[in-house]
Amino acid sequence: MNQRSGFRVGLFLLLAPGVLWLGLLIVLPHAELFLVSLRERVAPRVYESGLTNYLEFFIEPLYWNTFLRTATYSVMATALTLLIAFPVAYYIAKMLRGRPKNILFLLCLLPFWVSELVRALGWIILLRETGVVSTFLQTLGLVDAPVEFLYNDAAMLVGLIYTSMLFMVIPLVGALDTLDDSLIEAGYNLGGNGFVVLREIVIPHAMPGIVSGCIVVFMLTLGNYVTPTLLGGKDSLWFTEQIYNQFILRFNWEQGSAFGFLLLALSSFIVWAGLKLSRQSLGKVMT
Amino acid sequence: MTDLPDLEVRNVTKRFGPYTAVDRISFSIPRGSFFSILGPSGCGKTTLMRMIAGFTEPDEGEIVIRGKSMNGVPPNKRPASMVFQHLALFPMMSVAENVGYGLRRQGIAKPQIAERVAGILERVGLPDAGGKSIDQLSGGQKQRVAIARCLVLDPDLLLLDEPLGALDLKLREHMKIELKQLQAEIGTTFVYITHDQSEALVMSDRIAVMNQGQFEQIGAGQELYYNPDTRFVAGFVGNSNRWPGRVEAVDNGTLRVLTDDGLNCQVSVTGQASAGAAVEVFLRPEVVAISREAEGVSDMANRLRGSVRNLLFDGANSTAYVADQGSKAVFAVALPQTGRLADLKPGQEVHLGWDAAQANCFLAPQPGANG
Repeated sequence: MNQRSGFRVGLFLLLAPGVLWLGLLIVLPHAELFLVSLRERVAPRVYESGLTNYLEFFIEPLYWNTFLRTATYSVMATALTLLIAFPVAYYIAKMLRGRPKNILFLLCLLPFWVSELVRALGWIILLRETGVVSTFLQTLGLVDAPVEFLYNDAAMLVGLIYTSMLFMVIPLVGALDTLDDSLIEAGYNLGGNGFVVLREIVIPHAMPGIVSGCIVVFMLTLGNYVTPTLLGGKDSLWFTEQIYNQFILRFNWEQGSAFGFLLLALSSFIVWAGLKLSRQSLGKVMT
Repeated sequence: MTDLPDLEVRNVTKRFGPYTAVDRISFSIPRGSFFSILGPSGCGKTTLMRMIAGFTEPDEGEIVIRGKSMNGVPPNKRPASMVFQHLALFPMMSVAENVGYGLRRQGIAKPQIAERVAGILERVGLPDAGGKSIDQLSGGQKQRVAIARCLVLDPDLLLLDEPLGALDLKLREHMKIELKQLQAEIGTTFVYITHDQSEALVMSDRIAVMNQGQFEQIGAGQELYYNPDTRFVAGFVGNSNRWPGRVEAVDNGTLRVLTDDGLNCQVSVTGQASAGAAVEVFLRPEVVAISREAEGVSDMANRLRGSVRNLLFDGANSTAYVADQGSKAVFAVALPQTGRLADLKPGQEVHLGWDAAQANCFLAPQPGANG
């Protein structure tokens, strides 16, 4: 009896940090925000409950346009990141051995030792009108006047992909590392060319890594604030900016909370759809 | 056309930096035979196999399959299929998809693929395994799927890279016989590489013994076992007592050798050995006659008296270690399989004898040379 209660106390103590972390930082704020999002201010300090905040989103085209734009560009950024990261990860995992492999992996990691803000500023230095690329093109004589590369969707995508790269490369390298070289050789030996081996052997094997990388990158991109704001400028609206505006500029916590929950629903839906499409399960992908 | 060998290797060399893995090897394999390459690990046999499959290109020389030079031909265009050491079955595909993989690459229609896959699975004794996934199979079943996956393509050559290494002993013995039978039935040329002499001896029509990038000897199992050409073959194939020694005298086709252990013996001349030459004598445990009475060995050229030091009972492969009373030599002697000496005890006195022709004698390597 005594031993048993001792075991219980131990179990409780072990679980306590996790439970506290989940409860205080995730469940509680979300519950609070959800309640706030259902509130409606009818007069100063007078509230009624209702779905007005959610309705507002569908009535005002700017909101849902930004919403769709954010979703589309996030998917696009994720796909492009995958396209760029896959050959990199394949090269690191399958072509290199020993020291060069570790060095290259470290090089991928290196940019993430500085904050995202500094990395965005780095792109600004490169791409602005008086920046490195523009000056270089002028020196070469390819353009006559300074060119502005910043503040458009392309610049924003470049920044988003650059920011997400590592989170795609790491799970891909992990997945490809476990692929036995002799499977690739057997694929060739039995008559497959490079494309067939990639499609039938390499990609199916790396699928859990691909999906987990995509989920992480998609979530990070969708919830990114710094990069779209700094590199995308005024024309490239991002949904997180709308949430920021509601909370900070307009002090409309009710509307901001509703937007937050819409974004959560969107990301959950897209991740679910992605898992269904790739026939993977969340449990398998995240281990 | 039929007299073209299935595989011809001409003067093939492969170097990795300063290290020569395969050193000017030439051989040819006639159609429909079971050819083994036997050698210790690191002898270059895997490199040779990978060159035949096309995963590495030789630095020099040429590999010809059925009269067509394979230089510059990528692995997916070669008529040689390979069974990998760890089989390399595709875990993301079912058994039938694994076997059908090569056929799909040839653009064959689906119903025909299904038919041929079912046919070959039946042939290897797995008629109902098509829908299973790879991890539902036992070790021996995986083996058969890996072989079926290659054979369904009807290749000119089937390359096998130590595929039995991962199996347990009983299954390995069983698969040896099964592979040999399969090869005899379908008549495809098998090239089998292994470091296990028993696998090579049991299955092969011909065996090449490889050492340090070169072939030491090519021949049938019996030739290698009874008439080894080189010291390495004598030592590597089968078990032997081996004694370094020096030639005392040459008379009448027989060498008198005094071993470093102080044993005096007579052996037949192999190669050129003159008096004073450093040699090594190889004597198989089963050619030594063992008897309790001196009369039992009286007609042998070499006779000695010894005492049993140790007995290793292993059924039909039982061995007695006998210390010679006249020298420091210790003999491994196979015990008669009839059980005639089953009551032998350590410490007992026995008589040993063997004929001069039953021992092999090779010149010892020059100091500084390795091997």
